[in-house]
Amino acid sequence: MIWILASLAIWGLAWWANIVLSHSALVKSRSGRLVVPAIFGATLLVVWEGMVRGLQVPGVILPPPTAIAAAFGANLPLLWTDFIQTFVKGALSGYAIGCGAAILVAVAIDRSPFLQRGLLPVGNFVAALPIIGIAPILVMWFGFDWQSKAAVVVVMVFFPVLVNAVEGLRASDAMQRDLMATYGASYWQSLLKLRLPAAMPFIFNGMKIATTLALIGAIVAEFFGSPIRGMGFRISTEVGKLGLDMVWAEITVAALAGSAFYGIVAMIEKGVTFWHPSQRGRA
Amino acid sequence: MKQALPVVTVVAVILACWYLACIPLNAAWTRDQAARAETTVTFQQVVAASYNQERPVLPAPHQVVRELWNTTVMKAVTSKKSLVYHAWITLSATLLGFGIGSVAGLLLAIGIVHNRAMDQSVMPWAIASQTIPILAIAPMIIVVLNSVGISGLLPKAFISAYLSFFPVVVGLVKGLRSPEAMQMDQMKTWNASGAQTLWKLRFPASLPYLFTSLKVGIAASLVGAIVGELPTGAVAGLGARLLSGSYYGQTVQIWAALFGAAAVAAGLVGIIGLLQRITLRRMGLAR
Repeated sequence: MIWILASLAIWGLAWWANIVLSHSALVKSRSGRLVVPAIFGATLLVVWEGMVRGLQVPGVILPPPTAIAAAFGANLPLLWTDFIQTFVKGALSGYAIGCGAAILVAVAIDRSPFLQRGLLPVGNFVAALPIIGIAPILVMWFGFDWQSKAAVVVVMVFFPVLVNAVEGLRASDAMQRDLMATYGASYWQSLLKLRLPAAMPFIFNGMKIATTLALIGAIVAEFFGSPIRGMGFRISTEVGKLGLDMVWAEITVAALAGSAFYGIVAMIEKGVTFWHPSQRGRA
Repeated sequence: MKQALPVVTVVAVILACWYLACIPLNAAWTRDQAARAETTVTFQQVVAASYNQERPVLPAPHQVVRELWNTTVMKAVTSKKSLVYHAWITLSATLLGFGIGSVAGLLLAIGIVHNRAMDQSVMPWAIASQTIPILAIAPMIIVVLNSVGISGLLPKAFISAYLSFFPVVVGLVKGLRSPEAMQMDQMKTWNASGAQTLWKLRFPASLPYLFTSLKVGIAASLVGAIVGELPTGAVAGLGARLLSGSYYGQTVQIWAALFGAAAVAAGLVGIIGLLQRITLRRMGLAR
């Protein structure tokens, strides 16, 4: 009982602190904008812990955050091998191949208006489909190891990046293209110096969407068969053993990897498209 | 017509590539069989055999179409072999989850727009959560809810709801904030209450954003429902068809289930697109 009351009290206190903070002058500053969501997140964890202990929820349904942290700390080497297998080998290599191929195809398509009109609707259509369904097929073709996971990631990542890149290559103004023509620029010069840089905000938009898709593809593909390591494999077997604290530890790894991956791509975007209005004025 | 020709060409090229790819991928099996029977096969026989295998590596399009025809039109809808039956199970979970997710998203978005503390506490997490592979928790939700005694439709719907929830929140908050300062001032001049501003200005202005995020949300819901069917084992639904197909090497069945899922997805997104067009046209917002 004391746990429930304490967590409710902390909840109320933190909420009141956030109301005060969000109306104070502090939120104008950079640190203030970080403090408010941080308090909210910490409160969630505290209430979770308090409720699980207070209501005596069994660990096979919902383990408290401390148990998850303990499982995380105790299984670091295991989590690391899973991370390497799923994220570095599966997701990252698939992501690089998929994005690279999509940008190359987009440049090729861009030369032909006929292909553009034909491929864009098809690409848009495919991008909305549940592509994850090809995972069992690709696992059959490429075997259980990371190659099949990378292949799933390539297919999942390809279409969102393609559609965005084709869109982006058309983003430069007619006036700017005319200027390049006036300079007597060749196709490659105008591509490298004008149209590709102008397309970067769009390409990065697609690549940011693709970061999440890559991780999802690599994890879900492991549900269809994998060697005895990998995040998807660990999640499905630990669920079967009712080792929920380990599942949550694995999900923590996935969440950290996902947000770090997104953050790194966003940082590269900031460096590459520093000239774009959406990046200016955010020192 | 100007649009149709390129699309038809591209689709035709894809089909042609597909038929060509069948030959090298399926030829190995035919050659194996021939070697075992100690006969030789001509190239024509290999080609003919690649299109008619029982369990091909890559089934030819006509085999997939035949399987689709056999499992949708030729079977009774209630039969467990009918793809319509499985698609309906997935679809019902998708729609229930999508309904729950988008209503919850709508409520949270309204809360976020009207409450500053909520905005600054919840919004960063809602955005950050989009970078997290939420789908990874699907098997856990299924098993946990099963152990508390909830099984069947609800756990899958729960995953669908969770996946459609965040796109709706993020899109709708953007939309509800889209009225310009001048329009908001006008509402203030008319002495409009908060609820009136919401219904007469903010909500109509948010509709284009809402429909865009609903499209993303319903596609995510379907993926959620399909993945939600994997951990329970191959019971029922499109995900179960995929899984049982991959267990027993029934490639044609996998491809048929895949096309079934694609048709459901295209239908759902199409319906929302249609609603979007009708609504926006009646509001005079159509582009």
